[in-house]
Amino acid sequence: MADSAVTLDHVSVAYGKQAALRDVSVAFPKGAVGLLGPNGAGKSTMLKALLGFVAPKTGRLQVLGLNVAERPLEVRSRLGYMPENDGHIPGMNAVTFVAYCGQLSGLPKTDAMQRAHEVLYYVGLGEARYRKLEEYSTGMKQRIKLAQALVHDPALLFLDEPTNGMDPKGREEMLELIRDLAHNKGVDLILSSHLLPDVEYTCDHVVVLDKGAIATSGSIDQLKGPSARVYEVRVKGPHAPFVAALVAAGMRCEESDEDVTRVFVPGPLVVPGEDQQRICAEALKCGVQVRHLRTSLPSLEDVFARAVGES
Amino acid sequence: MSPIHDQSYRHYEGERRALGRAWSVIARTGIQSSLSRRWFAVLLVVSWLPFVVGTIQIYALTLYPQVNQIWPVDAHRFMQFIEQQSIWVFFVTIFAGSGLIANDRRANALQIYLSKPLLRSEYIGGKFAVLATFLMFVTLLPALLLLVMQVMFAGNLDFLRANMYVVPSVILASLMRVLISAATMLALSSLSKSTRFVAILYAGAIFFTNAIYVLLVAITGSTRVAWVSIGANMENVTDVMFRQPPRYETPVIVSILILLGLLAVSFSVLERRVRGVEIVA
Repeated sequence: MADSAVTLDHVSVAYGKQAALRDVSVAFPKGAVGLLGPNGAGKSTMLKALLGFVAPKTGRLQVLGLNVAERPLEVRSRLGYMPENDGHIPGMNAVTFVAYCGQLSGLPKTDAMQRAHEVLYYVGLGEARYRKLEEYSTGMKQRIKLAQALVHDPALLFLDEPTNGMDPKGREEMLELIRDLAHNKGVDLILSSHLLPDVEYTCDHVVVLDKGAIATSGSIDQLKGPSARVYEVRVKGPHAPFVAALVAAGMRCEESDEDVTRVFVPGPLVVPGEDQQRICAEALKCGVQVRHLRTSLPSLEDVFARAVGES
Repeated sequence: MSPIHDQSYRHYEGERRALGRAWSVIARTGIQSSLSRRWFAVLLVVSWLPFVVGTIQIYALTLYPQVNQIWPVDAHRFMQFIEQQSIWVFFVTIFAGSGLIANDRRANALQIYLSKPLLRSEYIGGKFAVLATFLMFVTLLPALLLLVMQVMFAGNLDFLRANMYVVPSVILASLMRVLISAATMLALSSLSKSTRFVAILYAGAIFFTNAIYVLLVAITGSTRVAWVSIGANMENVTDVMFRQPPRYETPVIVSILILLGLLAVSFSVLERRVRGVEIVA
């Protein structure tokens, strides 16, 4: 696909006998794409396969139109990778480390040093750039990992859990950086995370992985939009039979906090108010009082829950 | 009106080097990093003391030819010089080599390195070049310079003409020590995240195999068992390189095979351990 940053074609990856990716076929469009999934879903494995760290048992991976198996160096020269775990070169300060990464990526020494200063200022480490990396806090280590991934100006960024271990303010700033890169600086990125709000804030598209397989993929707006209408319902009376009746009527129910049930009504809306009438009718049949009924906006959490629940 | 300079993220439009040269960046940075440790620089300087002694000996010989009767400068003297340097090879290997990969493993740096456009072989090559450079600095370079001194003080090429094999022998004997020591140390360094543990492993590999050899000689009364010692195998091969009778009864071909086997095992370990992901079976 011409508009895809990354494509996987029937890719299977296994660690010994443990399958990590099972016959995955998916295309990541350009722009900011969230790679979602519960822990152990295969997100990091997918990124590592795209980097060439692990060889797939079957299938073909393409990054920016280049076959990963055939041209791994060219692929990696156009990629920036921010790993999930802490990682640095021991004994270096931040600016030396980032410049070193630039040189490893093919930048001449002087340019690498200049870029190192620039990206360190960009990620907010300008004042701390001469400090040893061993002295950095967790939040600063996340930023330095982003800086080393950016120093050679990659066309595509892989960000693996970029807000891990960050305090709320740091997390917000990191998300702003990611959003800025994707939407203002023209850097395509794949953000792997299990934090749905992070993905929802920064990305336009999402790929949901579960148990090594694609659960769903597409634009976040599309996924949230037409497939279901969502209502928040609170009732007084026997709750379980009411939920069972809604499910029997073809609706999907999700319990949330404070006795509120989120009801997903599938299919097209024919008459305005029809959904509310159906819910009330079921309540009447079950002998429960509807105390609260209002339209709810579907969130990425709903998309995720639906995808992972269905897969 | 002056142009507004964008101080946020900017795209890079400068030149990029051809792929496949990252090993030289790793090597250069590794060498600079090691040299920045003062005590290591001191160790390198001290390792040239035998060269100074050798130079004085050659100079004394030019002034007083009778010195050759008690302290001769012949082809054997150059072999002896290389073997004397083995102690410095040992220390330099320990101090410069034990952290080369172990430190990267401890700091999770392998995933950073291997996410860049470089092959695993380039990473290993760069690290190897760091250690090999220092080892050549304490073996090959002083040995060749000692030969140059001999020619300079003698004022003629008679010694070299009479011992044509000395130059290739010096080079081969030095490179053998560099290759074996660097490959073994890199392999051990890839096995652990602790520099100290790697240093102990390496010292153990050298001393333990020698201790076993001494024990076996005491039991069997024969030096045919010299193949168990890494050092003895290198000495055996060095003897042949300098056209000397092998000092151990172990056939030289066996010593060569043992050393080649050690190299093969070392590179096999490196191939398995230097990866972007650690797979625990």
